[in-house]
Amino acid sequence: MSAVEATPTVRKTALNAVHRQMGAKMVEFNGWDMPVEYPASIGCGIINEHMAVRTAVGIFDVSHMGDIRLAGPQALAAVQHISMNDASRLAIGQAQYSALLYPKGTFVDDVVVHRLGEEDYLLVINAGTREKDFNWVRDNTRQFDCVVENLSDDFTQIAIQGPKAVKLLQKLTDADLSTVKFYWVTRGKMCGLPNILMGRTGYTAEDGFEIYIPSDEATSARVWYEILEAGKEFGVLPCGLGARNTLRLEGKLPLYGHEISDTINVWEAGLDRFCKMEKPEFVGRAALEQAKAAGVKRSLVGLEMTERGIARDGYKVLDSDGRAIGYVTSGSPAPFLKKNIALAYVPTELAAVGTPVKVEIRGQGAGAVVVPTPFYKRPKK
Amino acid sequence: MPYPTDRKYTKEHEWIQANGNSAAVGITDYAQQSLGDIVFFEAPKVGSELTAGKTFGTVESVKAVSDLFAPASGTVTEINGDLATSPENVNKDPHGSWMLKMTLKNPGELDALLSAADYEKFVAEEAGH
Repeated sequence: MSAVEATPTVRKTALNAVHRQMGAKMVEFNGWDMPVEYPASIGCGIINEHMAVRTAVGIFDVSHMGDIRLAGPQALAAVQHISMNDASRLAIGQAQYSALLYPKGTFVDDVVVHRLGEEDYLLVINAGTREKDFNWVRDNTRQFDCVVENLSDDFTQIAIQGPKAVKLLQKLTDADLSTVKFYWVTRGKMCGLPNILMGRTGYTAEDGFEIYIPSDEATSARVWYEILEAGKEFGVLPCGLGARNTLRLEGKLPLYGHEISDTINVWEAGLDRFCKMEKPEFVGRAALEQAKAAGVKRSLVGLEMTERGIARDGYKVLDSDGRAIGYVTSGSPAPFLKKNIALAYVPTELAAVGTPVKVEIRGQGAGAVVVPTPFYKRPKK
Repeated sequence: MPYPTDRKYTKEHEWIQANGNSAAVGITDYAQQSLGDIVFFEAPKVGSELTAGKTFGTVESVKAVSDLFAPASGTVTEINGDLATSPENVNKDPHGSWMLKMTLKNPGELDALLSAADYEKFVAEEAGH
């Protein structure tokens, strides 16, 4: 399967040749030719990669994600208009999780908003929504005095994640990472490259950093291999999209097109705490106010299988009488928890922890139960 | 991994090892490599009838569900209990881990299946080498 060539219209990151060289199984994801897992012959595979991130350190090529810069005298006002969280709380060097909403209160995308300077913001967005998001941001901020730049192709982005991630990165940079709190960023020399942006962010529910380096193939490959070399003493593994998905699922981190989409609103998705309704204005605010007053009809819940079977994306959720009541947004075995888990939309009245439901697997209902989320939380140091 | 010559193979990447009128069935090294970490088997019940070429269960990896196709017709006599507790054994030793045993309705059916050499050729073409 690793020998399959990508079709000409599929995009490649600067590290594509490296993944193929390492023997990764490749898959098309949202228009990108990406590694899903690396070979067993080098100790990899989805389960081993997942466990490396939970117990040691793993690295991911996440260059397929997008980067939009807003800078200028009204950059903050522009961000406040399109983002549901409150960016005015961000100090320089601080980041926050947020979302861009449509006027009806549903999702354009989720995003991490970074404040890089006095009037300088970086939005990191999903791979499949690069063009849509850039057009949306540009079209909805024309009234503000700021530039909107699409920097997506300028960076190779590598995520270094796990309890040993910070130790690993510290070997390669002169920046003092111990001073960088979670969801803050810093800049420093990294692998000999000057002024590299490094954010203590990620999508794995572990500690770690995401670094943004120049996107030429030579630099990208050199840094990737240097990180793997420096990480040998910690047991580092290269990790693909397979482990990326199981890791974020255990941490109940949403994936666009699954838990959040243009037909799902903020309350249904349970992302209330990132939505600052005390902001007087932002795109989607009015619809969200109405939706709250009307009552939230369906809610995102965590499910754990109680009978044999694996709930997967799109499977129907049934009540205990076998009537269809909802659907699974993401479902998979959880390699660290050693259970079969899922996120699903069900009617709000059936969303209480402990509610028994069934998941329809190949025509048969298999027992499951609503459980608290996140399924996994990393241990406090 | 060389493919053992003591059995026959199907294009759906299963092997069948006959011993007179009974046979053991499993999946090949190519199959386990393609699937990745195996986490689940949906096996037929003992006593159920299998029809050559028809699906009889599923094997699941972390990412995907794959159908299993009966290499021959007959009756299931035994299911390997290890599949439920240690499905990863199939990744480690695909040719040594049988999934089910069956009595063969028509042992002649195996003549039409691939030899180890033919299966190796088939796999080489599939993988585009």
